[in-house]
Amino acid sequence: MNAVEVRDLTVAYRESPVLWDIDLDVAPGVLMAIVGPNGAGKTTLIKAILGLLKPAAGQIRILGKPYRRVASLMGYVPQRGTVDWDFPTSVLDVVLMGLYGRIGWVRRPGRSERREAMEALEKVEMTGLAHRQIRQLSGGQQQRVFLARALVQDARVYLMDEPLQGVDATTERAIIDILHSLRSSGKTVLAVHHDLQTVSSYFDEVLLLNVRRIASGPVSKVFTDTNLRLTYGGRIAIIKGAP
Amino acid sequence: MEQLLNDYTLRTVTLGTAILGAVSGALGTFAVLRRQSLLGDAVSHAALPGIGLAFILTGSKASLVLMVGAGLAGWFATAIVLLITAGTRVKYDSALGLVLSVFFGAGLVVLTYIQRYPNANQAGLDSFLFGQAASLIVADVITMTILGGVALAALLLFWKEFKVLAFDPEFAHSLVLPVRWLDIGLTTLLVVAIVIGLQTVGVVLMSAMIIAPATAARQWTDHLGVMTLVSMVTGALCGVGGALLSTSISNLPTGPTIVVCATGFVVISMLFAPLRGIIWQRIRRTVQNRELRSESVLLDLFELARTHDDLTYPHMEPALRVIHPQRGTLYRQLRRLQGKGLVQMHQNGAWALTPDGVRVCDQLRKDRIG
Repeated sequence: MNAVEVRDLTVAYRESPVLWDIDLDVAPGVLMAIVGPNGAGKTTLIKAILGLLKPAAGQIRILGKPYRRVASLMGYVPQRGTVDWDFPTSVLDVVLMGLYGRIGWVRRPGRSERREAMEALEKVEMTGLAHRQIRQLSGGQQQRVFLARALVQDARVYLMDEPLQGVDATTERAIIDILHSLRSSGKTVLAVHHDLQTVSSYFDEVLLLNVRRIASGPVSKVFTDTNLRLTYGGRIAIIKGAP
Repeated sequence: MEQLLNDYTLRTVTLGTAILGAVSGALGTFAVLRRQSLLGDAVSHAALPGIGLAFILTGSKASLVLMVGAGLAGWFATAIVLLITAGTRVKYDSALGLVLSVFFGAGLVVLTYIQRYPNANQAGLDSFLFGQAASLIVADVITMTILGGVALAALLLFWKEFKVLAFDPEFAHSLVLPVRWLDIGLTTLLVVAIVIGLQTVGVVLMSAMIIAPATAARQWTDHLGVMTLVSMVTGALCGVGGALLSTSISNLPTGPTIVVCATGFVVISMLFAPLRGIIWQRIRRTVQNRELRSESVLLDLFELARTHDDLTYPHMEPALRVIHPQRGTLYRQLRRLQGKGLVQMHQNGAWALTPDGVRVCDQLRKDRIG
């Protein structure tokens, strides 16, 4: 049974397709990079899998079940720029939000939730900043907070939108280590990734995306010059290549 | 007028305005953080035709009846704004402006119509325009208390859900929270907060009670709970202050008086709040600049001394003035550094680093390069 299974997925904004007829299979325990130029639909794909937007056509199954039944098994790391970092809240509070679904209605996070959040902060080496106002964080620290928040979700499938965007080398290394440890505990991770140099050293599999699926599979097989040219060569190349 | 205002009326008015201020302060916090302050303005203006229609349909001026009318109209307006933004290319702010003015216009038409109504009971509805605190009676305050209490209780009950909704709605969705329903719920609470203030503050300026206390409160704290509390207290103080002033001076409409009061709070907060206040930031910048200037004098002394194999080698002021042409500034910086024990003046008037100064320079150079 696949962790993520996408069939014939089409997503359109006002008639023009952003994702067109995508098929994708991701086995459990795989670390997959989603690679493609700007406007290729990478974020849209992640949001569609999460059920954040309604596809025009196609099915998505997570761990063999439709989204609604397994929504709680998915963790999400959004792009850093999607929230207001001047929001009046602390680092620990943001991480605790990852537990809000599990805590249940009306109840407040208690001591055990706090401990869990602190453990997640320890994994991303941010314990010292737990009580900082989030405005005071650097880009890399913001990214770590989001990662910690996803870790406490304790999901089986993680969807991450550019988790390495704008972070320094140390943070990048730390985040990659965390992704690898997620993999070794059997989790599946799909991450939008921009740095073509590091795809093969960081990830097991790759999805090359440009509105259509160009290729997907093990990095060693799929991540070829020809495929990359097809992905980044603009839409003309794709239309030429299409039967 | 003075005789009219016995203690009983005053107490009623004070209680009513304190409640409306607290409730609008609390819900205003979320409206401001979700960038929905203009939605509050649209809702309050849109309430006017609802008030008029509720009166025409029932012939009653009971506050609950009028509030229900106002609330339904406000809600209807919100729904139309959402429909416009979802179904057309009209932007959110244009849709708000459109709905606000259309509803407000319709409300004025309805009020004019009511004024020709053959019913002695019609007088006083136009006080909903700018508000009239003196018209509050005990029954009104009881209605306001119950509605406001329910709104605050709901806010408290769903606090963490509303918090994550305000901070990161897409993440809230990934937690399997019913984001759409939470959104509807929080917006409804905002409508309730607006509706209970309309009689006192008026439809034209009610949005100030949503925006101003929360804006002032944001300046003082970085904690959502504290911000909500500060906003509630500020709102209550504005409400009470404005209402008391307007009840003691005849013909002074309450809405504008409250807004003047609230403006005062906002200005004070913008200027004087620690960390975020303009004055505090100005002071911090001045201190930083001075720090930076004296650091650069210190480092220049270091650079000059480096060419002499002795880091505490003294130099006369003119040698430094080549780099720092402003005489007064240079002298002040040297004196400051001397005060910190980082430089010393030799008998001949030459300046040199002290061993402490050398250590600081080493550290600074490391920090700036690393």
